[in-house]
Amino acid sequence: MTAVAEKLMLPEPRGPAGRLSDFFWKHPHVLLTVLLAPPLLWLGVVYIGSLFALLLQSFFSIDDFSGLINYEFTFATYRQLLSETNLDIILRTVSMAATVTVASALIAFPIAYYAARYAQGKWKVLFYLGVMLPLWSSYLVKIYAWKLILAKEGILTWLFEKLHLLWLLDAWLSLPVVGGNSLSVSYTGTFIVFVYVWMPFMILPIQAALERVPTNLIEASSDLGGTPAQTFRHVLFPLALPGIVAGSIFTFSLTLGDYIIPQIIGSSRLFIGQAVYAQQGTAGNIPLAAAFTVVPIVIMGAYLWMAKRMGAFDAL
Amino acid sequence: MRSDRLNRSPLGLKIAAAAGLAFMHVPILLIFLYAFTTEEKSYQFPPPGLTTQWLAVAWNRPDVWAALTLSVKVASIATTVALVLGTLCAAAVSQTRFFGRETISLLVILPIALPGIITGIALRSAFSMAEIPFSFWTIVLGHATFCIVVVYNNAVARFRRISGSLIEASMDLGADGFQTFRYIILPNIGTALLAGGMLAFALSFDEVIVTTFTAGQQSTLPIWMLEELIRPRQRPVTNVVAMIVVLVTFLPILGAYYLTRDGDQIAGAGK
Repeated sequence: MTAVAEKLMLPEPRGPAGRLSDFFWKHPHVLLTVLLAPPLLWLGVVYIGSLFALLLQSFFSIDDFSGLINYEFTFATYRQLLSETNLDIILRTVSMAATVTVASALIAFPIAYYAARYAQGKWKVLFYLGVMLPLWSSYLVKIYAWKLILAKEGILTWLFEKLHLLWLLDAWLSLPVVGGNSLSVSYTGTFIVFVYVWMPFMILPIQAALERVPTNLIEASSDLGGTPAQTFRHVLFPLALPGIVAGSIFTFSLTLGDYIIPQIIGSSRLFIGQAVYAQQGTAGNIPLAAAFTVVPIVIMGAYLWMAKRMGAFDAL
Repeated sequence: MRSDRLNRSPLGLKIAAAAGLAFMHVPILLIFLYAFTTEEKSYQFPPPGLTTQWLAVAWNRPDVWAALTLSVKVASIATTVALVLGTLCAAAVSQTRFFGRETISLLVILPIALPGIITGIALRSAFSMAEIPFSFWTIVLGHATFCIVVVYNNAVARFRRISGSLIEASMDLGADGFQTFRYIILPNIGTALLAGGMLAFALSFDEVIVTTFTAGQQSTLPIWMLEELIRPRQRPVTNVVAMIVVLVTFLPILGAYYLTRDGDQIAGAGK
């Protein structure tokens, strides 16, 4: 009797695969190790290892005479990093990243709000694809498109001419700091392209945050006499803020490290990414390049910590 | 009454949203126009005339074909590696509880959360320290690293939706772990993996920042484009290549969307 029951309880042994499967079932930790080992080896060893190797280099220095790396622990490279020219570069990049982030939030919010509250059915799909396609389309092609647009003989000048507003464009270009010879070699041009390329990353997180705002909260606000502006200021905006912060992680971080956009469209004044590229390439000063990369890492670390405290990660 | 009023969007919002969407799309549409312009030497607008001759010129360019082939090869292998590693990671994180789960998600996201230049220069200095010469495989290594997260995100979202009771039922009916994976888990996560793979392919196909640091002398299609952007030599060919790149990246994105849009109807969801 017990033998029959046992036979019913325990299925036939099913070959090596079955035995292996049983072994994993009995030892879940082994299964976990088998699952995690390859990705952890790749990311933990190859990627994190490279990052640490890079950070380590920032504590070496370069010999001014021979141009060779001096493998002794020193803070000299960091002192070099804090020189006036380099601080200028850092300040310029951070203020650009901040301006780009604010502008992106301003443009992204209406799109996200419309998609979250009013778009339905077919329109919702169109909105989603309308955001996803530019977001995923080629980075270089997007920059190239703006090279076409901002060129002196390009569509923007043509448009200003047709509207008889060329004087306005010229007046803007003659301004200090934001101006320049033409839009494609000015900060204004760099700014527009940065906003264009990174703004789409802002829309989906804001939309996700707004979709979680219950409609009756907004109704309650207007029932209690709140004007649309007050409702926005006291109800909608605070609830959307984690989404905005989540989106700003992308716009801020991506602007901080970019070296291609300011190289192609912009003035000759450097951004952090260009400084890193120049130091590791033509200058051959790997320690200083490494020290430069620490700046965005530290800034992003602080930013992520702040974002986490504001609950932005739930909105991702 | 009330809901009527609420469902009608304010005109200002409509205009702002439409303007925002136009801002995102008009530049890409211009690429299509410029691919057919007769003007060779400048970016003149409006184009003096339209022609299809540049399509043929671009078609007969061996350097464009070489760059395109390299890009497709790199993207295919990087996507395959990312699919395996991303799925393993997603399975471990979503099916089990263990110490340090949060750290794993952070680790996976890090290669795209940090600016690309950091990933690029870190890999480059690691290669030079380990005295690994630049090759096809160093490009693949860089690409796979940041593609893992795309696959991981898609797979983790889908794994969360698979009901645990389905897996238990399969086990109760006598299937072993591999059979359960083959007949229950794989059919349910298949479309998510395909979508993740397509996005990873699009990401790798388009990547330039990390590639400039890991490629050495070879040029992928984005590197070819970058050289043209810095020193424009053959504007008409660049225009055509830009248009083709837009078309090639649109297909996987549309595909990924159609594969994941029915995600709510996964067996066992909502239980």
